[in-house]
Amino acid sequence: MIDRVIDSRGLDSFDLRFMGLIAVILSVGVLSIYSVTHSQDTAFPFYLKQLVWILLGTVAFLVMYLSDYHKIARLAYPTYAVILIMLAIVLIMGKSSRGAQRWIPIGPFAFQPSEFAKLVLVLVLANYYSRVTRVGWMHRVVLPGLIVLPGLLLILKQPDLGSGLSFLAVYAAMLLMVGVRSKALGIILLLSVMLFPFVWEMVWASLHDYQRQRVMAFVDPDYDPGGKGYHALQSRIAIGSGELSGKGLYGGTQSQLKFLPEGHTDFVFAVYAEEWGFVGVLVLLALFIALIWVSLEIAARAKDTLGALLAAGIVAMLCFCVVVNIGMTAGMFPIVGIPLPLVSYGGSATIMTMASLGLLLNVKRRRLTLFY
Amino acid sequence: MAAIGFHDSDLLDLQRRLVILRVGLLLVVGLLALRLWHLQIREGPYYRDLSENNRTRSVVLEPARGLIFDRNGVLLANNVPSFALYVTLEDVKDRQGLVAQLASLLNLDPDLIQKKLSTGKGGKLQPRKVKDRLTLREATLIESHRLDLPGVMIQVESQRNYPGGVVAAHLLGYVGEVSADQLEKADFADLHQGSIVGQYGVEKWFDRQVRGRAGQKSVEVDALGHEKRAVVSDKPEAGDDLYLTIDAHLQKIAEDLLGDESGAIVALDPTTGDVLAMASRPGFDPNMLSKELSNKQWVEIVQNERRPLNNRATQGQYPPGSTFKVVMAAAALESNTVTPSTMVRCNGGYQFGNRLFRDWKPGGHGSVDMNEALIHSCDVYFYTVGQRMGIDTIAEYAKQFGLGQETGVELPSERVGIVPSTAWKQKARNQPWYPGETISAAIGQGYVTVTPLQMASVISTVANDGVAVKPRLVQAVMNRVTGERAEFPPTIRGKVAVKPATIALIKEALADVVTKGTATRAKSSLVTIGGKTGTAQTTALRTGPEKDIPKKFRDHAWFVAFAPVEAPRIAVAVLAEHMGHGGSAAAPLAKDVIEAYVKAYPQVLRGIPASGRTKSPAPAADTRPRRDD
Repeated sequence: MIDRVIDSRGLDSFDLRFMGLIAVILSVGVLSIYSVTHSQDTAFPFYLKQLVWILLGTVAFLVMYLSDYHKIARLAYPTYAVILIMLAIVLIMGKSSRGAQRWIPIGPFAFQPSEFAKLVLVLVLANYYSRVTRVGWMHRVVLPGLIVLPGLLLILKQPDLGSGLSFLAVYAAMLLMVGVRSKALGIILLLSVMLFPFVWEMVWASLHDYQRQRVMAFVDPDYDPGGKGYHALQSRIAIGSGELSGKGLYGGTQSQLKFLPEGHTDFVFAVYAEEWGFVGVLVLLALFIALIWVSLEIAARAKDTLGALLAAGIVAMLCFCVVVNIGMTAGMFPIVGIPLPLVSYGGSATIMTMASLGLLLNVKRRRLTLFY
Repeated sequence: MAAIGFHDSDLLDLQRRLVILRVGLLLVVGLLALRLWHLQIREGPYYRDLSENNRTRSVVLEPARGLIFDRNGVLLANNVPSFALYVTLEDVKDRQGLVAQLASLLNLDPDLIQKKLSTGKGGKLQPRKVKDRLTLREATLIESHRLDLPGVMIQVESQRNYPGGVVAAHLLGYVGEVSADQLEKADFADLHQGSIVGQYGVEKWFDRQVRGRAGQKSVEVDALGHEKRAVVSDKPEAGDDLYLTIDAHLQKIAEDLLGDESGAIVALDPTTGDVLAMASRPGFDPNMLSKELSNKQWVEIVQNERRPLNNRATQGQYPPGSTFKVVMAAAALESNTVTPSTMVRCNGGYQFGNRLFRDWKPGGHGSVDMNEALIHSCDVYFYTVGQRMGIDTIAEYAKQFGLGQETGVELPSERVGIVPSTAWKQKARNQPWYPGETISAAIGQGYVTVTPLQMASVISTVANDGVAVKPRLVQAVMNRVTGERAEFPPTIRGKVAVKPATIALIKEALADVVTKGTATRAKSSLVTIGGKTGTAQTTALRTGPEKDIPKKFRDHAWFVAFAPVEAPRIAVAVLAEHMGHGGSAAAPLAKDVIEAYVKAYPQVLRGIPASGRTKSPAPAADTRPRRDD
């Protein structure tokens, strides 16, 4: 009944601003993807494919926006179970690329469950924390940790370091939001420090050569002067050579001449930075800050705990991806393979990000129902 | 702060924590902006300089093709290192000059070099392969002129090598640069100009498995385009290894038996369909064809009258002659046209209308039944039953035995021959079938044509009591990266609708052909052999004694055989072009192949399958074919 009331209300200026921001950032992505791949002579070029993903993403956005997020949250556990099964399938029969199995081939396309796992984890944790009434670190830290663990392990086994870190980031953000006692936090920190060598050993052993080399090239650039840091270096050259105003559209020699690998996916930011310079970079950063700011606004004004936690979790995930992606392209972090939300080419990531943003706006819409 | 259960007051508490996120976000984005400012503004000019002088060239690292082994692990195809010359146009200042210089240093056609430089995908930064298989001398020569040749790079690559030379050339095939037409196809999408792909034989059929995956390296060059430093960013992956069903030793013997003559020998394991040997002569050296040939060399090979590139075993289509009587016998008995005891009188000829069809034996064989007709290859008997059956019944059984269709062996461009029928003639020639034509077809002449592999498959089906097994060339494929070995099991194609008694009768008669019939020259002291001779006429004009006929008009000699008769483990088809009678020219070759097989795998005499060799073979004998004049 309330639904009907809302539906007739239509969009307000806040919603339009929110969607406008998303549209502008998506356009930056399509433009950059077009710029770096337009010389490839294929029947169905990447930028067109990306437009298809955006179209599908819009559908996902609307679905998440229009259904009641309480109902969506109720489906969290079954969905998480499905995602875990799919992650297991990926390990068994997934399509391998660069030694990692991340995709389930569906016809000509490939579906990457680990992307969707991030959003589902936000749903699961928000659902859990909004219902739990008992206090103590057992119920606030350990039990949810046990929920995170199977997904995390399956993703790390692929190995997909980037998605694994996103998983941990969502968990950490949730812990922060529900306010874990400082004593509990202390214990977690202590345990983490103590466990780190073991976990590191495990993760390190599960990494492929190319990943180890990337990490080593970051930790110690002189580790291999022959330049296994090739990727990172080419990315730095691309960004740096953009200088203040950039080389203009199609003018990025680094990316156009294919010195920079993965220019349309994980390293799309370097392409953008090369072509639009520091000015363009500041504009894009401002766009992301605006989007995140507005999203935080939604989280702050949510009408209930579930809404607030959902919004906070999504914002945390978004922030993490943006910061880590730009950080790694700029040579501040090791290269872990996280796409830049809304900008990088990729079906699963684009659809998942847009679905998340739809859910965010949903939280805001339900808040307003209280006041109308 | 103490954690408590969530209430509305908690919500406010939670919302206060969002402030931490906001502050954290601003802090981190501030750091990012600072870093980008550092990269783009402070160090911007430095990186701009680097990007303009980015002298990194990405070079494709060709993968090593998978190895090819025979059934006993004998190496048939491997790779040896070789030098390839690449040119990066971006670094070439004077293109004409470079072309002239390379042409004189390498003794190449300047137009060819120009063509190589202007074809292929990718921009001027993509190095193009101009020549591979440089000799050590050529490579050294280029290296010593390095300073005068900016943009030129010598790369060590793996090059296909066939240690056996001509042995099994038609089976293995050869490799060559992917052609422009091939590059358009989806199968070759991951390749590029200069990639090596299989162009013939199993190299072609299994190219996707054997090919491997190319890698990449980044080469840093100085301002003059000279290589300074190289980094492998993506290692190439070797292709899969193939394990063939052939026995290299037997293959060599079969090829040597044919010698300089034209023809084919196919040996199959009737129970598994394994191709034990498949010889075709004349042959070629795949090592030579895998090189880049000049137009003139290529034309010479293609236009060679004896057509050495033709795999006669799968692509040669010949009238089967009297070997077709094996199929005829099954058809006649199964269609109840005759019984085993039906007698036909042979006076040396068969009158049809105003035409006399002769028997090969002047004067005839007298009264013969089925058994005798097969043993002595009586033409009149089969003229008679053929005429009674009609062409369409013959065609029906011929098809059941696999004639007129691909055997499905893993070789490209297999031919199917012709099984004539009324429908076929109407379609192919737009003419009705004339009854007289059935008479020629009844003894495997006229329109009927088959490939030696098809005939080997027919005799193999008879030997295997009517169960047709698809001939196969590859036993297993091994992934070089994972070490996984995928076995290819034998494929049963079906069972011909022929009663066991009929098959038994035919097998018995074929054994008698060798002991007392037309193929006594195939009699072996080592093993019992059953077989059928055939002499395929190539021209209707046959006057005078055989040796007066020019060779190219002489008959083709056929012999199909199996052994041991009690539990057949090998089926052989021999076709010797223009060698005259099957009994004298072809039968002895089949016997030699069978004996060589039995010596190498003596367990087959005790009815045990020849999965592997039990003792090492004697060195291949340099056996020349026996001529019968």
